[in-house]
Amino acid sequence: MAEKTIEIEVLRYDPEKDAEPHFQTFTVPYVEHWVVLDALTHIKDEIDQTLTFRWSCHMAVCGSCGYTINGEPHLGCKTFIREFYPNKVRVEPLANFPIERDLVVVQDDFIDKFADIKPYIIREHHNTIEEGTYKQSRAELIKFKQYTMCINCLLCYSACPQYGLNQEFYGPANLAMGHRYNTDSRDEGREERMEVLAAEEGVWGCTFVGACSRACPKDVDPAGAIQQIKIAATNDWMKEKLMPWGKK
Amino acid sequence: MAKSNEPMVWSLFSAGGMISALVTPVLILITGIAVPLGIIGSDAIGFERAQAFAANPIGKLILLALVILPLWHGVHRFRFALVDLGLHGAKRALGFVCYGFAAICSVLAIVAVVPI
Amino acid sequence: MSRKPYVRPISKTWWLEKPEYTLYMLRELTSVFVGGYAVVLLVGLKRLGEGPAAYEAFLAALTSPLAIALHVLALLFAVLHSATFFLAAPAALPLQIGEEKVSPGIVAGAHYAAWVVVSLAVFGLVVWR
Repeated sequence: MAEKTIEIEVLRYDPEKDAEPHFQTFTVPYVEHWVVLDALTHIKDEIDQTLTFRWSCHMAVCGSCGYTINGEPHLGCKTFIREFYPNKVRVEPLANFPIERDLVVVQDDFIDKFADIKPYIIREHHNTIEEGTYKQSRAELIKFKQYTMCINCLLCYSACPQYGLNQEFYGPANLAMGHRYNTDSRDEGREERMEVLAAEEGVWGCTFVGACSRACPKDVDPAGAIQQIKIAATNDWMKEKLMPWGKK
Repeated sequence: MAKSNEPMVWSLFSAGGMISALVTPVLILITGIAVPLGIIGSDAIGFERAQAFAANPIGKLILLALVILPLWHGVHRFRFALVDLGLHGAKRALGFVCYGFAAICSVLAIVAVVPI
Repeated sequence: MSRKPYVRPISKTWWLEKPEYTLYMLRELTSVFVGGYAVVLLVGLKRLGEGPAAYEAFLAALTSPLAIALHVLALLFAVLHSATFFLAAPAALPLQIGEEKVSPGIVAGAHYAAWVVVSLAVFGLVVWR
């Protein structure tokens, strides 16, 4: 009996040889429990060792293996090839990012913007070891916990048309991370972060398409986080403009 | 990076969005379809009834809310829709045109309803 | 080894490329009809202030086939606006009671219920005379 196979069509790009990216089709064994990442690994190990792609944990926690699979942003380790069999699976790099090589994209824009959000606890006084840990109730934790689940996989940036149209936009994951810290009871840095979050390239670049939250493999709901920041920014604005005598 | 002034129009956009989401469909149904087709008698929104409603101060406020807030909602969203459709460079200019239009219409609404 | 990152261009009709984006654009275009109807009401207000003859002429203009057709179209877009607005509302209103987050379905459902109640109330108030 002939072994079952499935075709994987990959967008290739060699910056030293190619003027443009081009598709190349590989035939791999069809193994029912394989994910797209397994198929790519097989290609690299057995067929073409030049195939280049990011990956690491193979269990949807590291955020490395984001690709565009049949037109949609997905994690390679979480997308089973049996979903597509017997049809061809088309694998491209994540949309809205420049292609470095094959399926590897340039993420520098995201990384640079990430630092601007100040993704760390900001306090006037940080406890010493002797002063002990900060107390936080379960209710306080639940308020922001879902926003901590982001694995920086960039599927949301790939799904977001506003980021695609305008690279000045800070984008879903960064803004949601700002919200994660703003809603953490241990943090006192909300006002500082709002300088970036409430700027035009911050939350106001978002028109609530909602594609980011639909693409997110960890249910972070960055779209929701952004709308909540918009409300907070609006409240701040009202206080500043309509009650300027208030404490700044 | 300066904080944006967009909250000014976004609050109008949100309020207008909520109001129009709740009442615009039923109002269009009544004034644009049911009455013109005779399903509801035109006296329901006839001059006497409409004038009595607009003469009342609460009626005035309601009418102003029904006209002004959905209008600001509409122009704000329309401006961003045009940017999405490709007019990114004209975003500021579109802002002046769209919000200017809404501002003029808001004044016209107040001028129209106050003397009734 | 030299780098030469390749930037893929975004099509001007990007919103036609996925159903999710097309629905988004239709949602955005509801603004034309929501705003447009507000202008119709504005004109009606103006005619109301000008006296019975002007107002009756306004009401008569609403009976033309073109006017009715446009209002039917406007109604469809207005309903799309309502449906998408209420579905989006929970994202902006995170409710937490103690340690439990209120499900978005309940928040959206409450908005839809309010929509039905308000619509029936407005209809009743206009029709009952």
